[in-house]
Amino acid sequence: MNIIITGLITGSMLALLAISFSLIFGVARIVNIAHTAFYMVAAYCIFSLTGKFGLNPVAGMMIAVVVVTVFGLLAYKFVIDPIREHEAAVLIATIALAMIFQEAVMLIYTGDYRTVSALIEGYFIVTGVKVFYQQVLTFGVVLAVLGILWVLLMKTKLGLAIRSTAEDREVANLMGMNDSRLAMITMGISVALAGFTGAVIAPLTVLSPYMWMEPLIMMMAVVVLGGLGSIKGSFVAAYILGFTEALVVFMIPKGAFLKGSVALTIMILVLLLRPEGLFGISFEEER
Amino acid sequence: MVAAGLYLKRFYTVVRGEVLVLPSRIIVALFFLVLLGMPLISQNPYLIRVIVLASIFAILAASWDLLSGFTGQMNFGHALFFGVGAYASAMLNVHLHIPPWGSVPLGAAAAVMTGLIVGIPCLRLKHTYLALTTMAFPIILMGIVFALPDLTGGELGISGLQRISNSLIVNYYIYIGIMLVLCTIMWKITDSHTGIIFHAIREDELAVKASGINTTRYKLMAFCLSGFFAGIAGGLYAHYMRIAGPSTLEVSMSFMVVIWAVFGGIATIYGPIAAVFILFPLLEFVRFWPEYRTLIFAVVVLLILLYMPEGLIPWVRDKIEKECPRCKIRNVATRKTCRVCTAVLD
Repeated sequence: MNIIITGLITGSMLALLAISFSLIFGVARIVNIAHTAFYMVAAYCIFSLTGKFGLNPVAGMMIAVVVVTVFGLLAYKFVIDPIREHEAAVLIATIALAMIFQEAVMLIYTGDYRTVSALIEGYFIVTGVKVFYQQVLTFGVVLAVLGILWVLLMKTKLGLAIRSTAEDREVANLMGMNDSRLAMITMGISVALAGFTGAVIAPLTVLSPYMWMEPLIMMMAVVVLGGLGSIKGSFVAAYILGFTEALVVFMIPKGAFLKGSVALTIMILVLLLRPEGLFGISFEEER
Repeated sequence: MVAAGLYLKRFYTVVRGEVLVLPSRIIVALFFLVLLGMPLISQNPYLIRVIVLASIFAILAASWDLLSGFTGQMNFGHALFFGVGAYASAMLNVHLHIPPWGSVPLGAAAAVMTGLIVGIPCLRLKHTYLALTTMAFPIILMGIVFALPDLTGGELGISGLQRISNSLIVNYYIYIGIMLVLCTIMWKITDSHTGIIFHAIREDELAVKASGINTTRYKLMAFCLSGFFAGIAGGLYAHYMRIAGPSTLEVSMSFMVVIWAVFGGIATIYGPIAAVFILFPLLEFVRFWPEYRTLIFAVVVLLILLYMPEGLIPWVRDKIEKECPRCKIRNVATRKTCRVCTAVLD
């Protein structure tokens, strides 16, 4: 039971992060290493909004997501956009961004571990295992957001634009889609989702300025395993890796050390069989 | 006596004709001289320590450039080679009591083996997939290190390694010497036939394949070469710090290498080396405000990238030198005509 709950929570978190990460990668070919840094900033925003200013947690969440989105758009406008043609430079720029966020958080909040109080206190017991309402809530909200995102991508005009740009940027441009504005919007959505993930996960985890590192690796593993740019793939891969982590932690002695190793080994094994990931489409080689 | 005089004269002519004509060559010559002459001026242990560490990381950054800059195989887990080199030489030195001159090359050999093990599966992957997959390898190894504390010391690492030499100055010259030799070798490799093929693989792998070149073999070779140099850097680091800990495998270590190399300019070898010698002391000397250290570092990197996305060193080089449009030979930027073919420089 414990395994299922942990797996579901980790899986949903990874799914949200990975999908938002692959959105911006698909549209603008930006590998945003700072993605999980935005997630950390959102968590800290909630911490100070609810803890210091005594705001209602739900309002705190909203504000945190907005703040993070603004940060993301500013970062895109001033840091990523000017050097977008140089892929390596973008990578480093986002690493530097993540480091800047990490250090800024470190300066403001110090490196101490922090916790955020849950939205709903209390728990119920299923087959002898405590299930906190917060966990149920997180899981439900994540699924709802994923649903909204799916509708946005599949049913609206904006979604069509995003998907077509991801498929072929030049043709989409020729069809009259404003490539750079679309990249901006996608960056906003992507960062907002990262911030949202941070917001819903904050009560379930411990906050520290280094909390962006671990989800970053797992998120990338999910994205690669599921196939870059495939939302269904990211979704399935996130739960695969989430459950693997949970299984390893609860079943194997010293599992906490090995959880990353096992999950990543699975990723590498799958990649050996299918180099384009589970649901990825192998692109024609660009020349 | 006469023969010696002749040699001296020829040496002088070569220096004047080949080195002193270009500012970049003068800078490289000065770099060699300053590093080799450093202990004559100051024997401050702190300064020497900073330079030695910088030269170890210079080998590491240059080895990343050899693999990722030249062949375009983005490796985001370069800490793997470094860590394997460090742990292998530490285990050989502490558990089997093999002296440093044996343990460092054996550690490098272990890193070459890892290069093969990692390289073979990675050959099937391209671009972003490759970058993200390679990032996973050091983390997998780190999990194994933590899970086997008897052999690897777990979180504390293996400590109590032998120093290469007990004298500060001899130690310094050994490290500097190794660094200069290895970096020259790497530079020569990239300048050779193999280096041209590496370049071509990055630009257009299909065309290289079509020219009848076994690209798989060359990519594996790049992995092994890079692993060898990074492994030596790891072994040297372990022997210098006298400890091989999990910090050598951290994600931030891999990121650091990439930052150094891209900051200095990829596919140049001298770029990453220069970047390490600029950034590493910078990071050390802003110890006055320890809280702001990483922040300043990140901001500097960001600003430099915004204004010179090609990297710092190629940008500087383009400022002080011009390429002759006719014969492609480089000239000082102040010259009006080419020094070889006298074509007008624009």
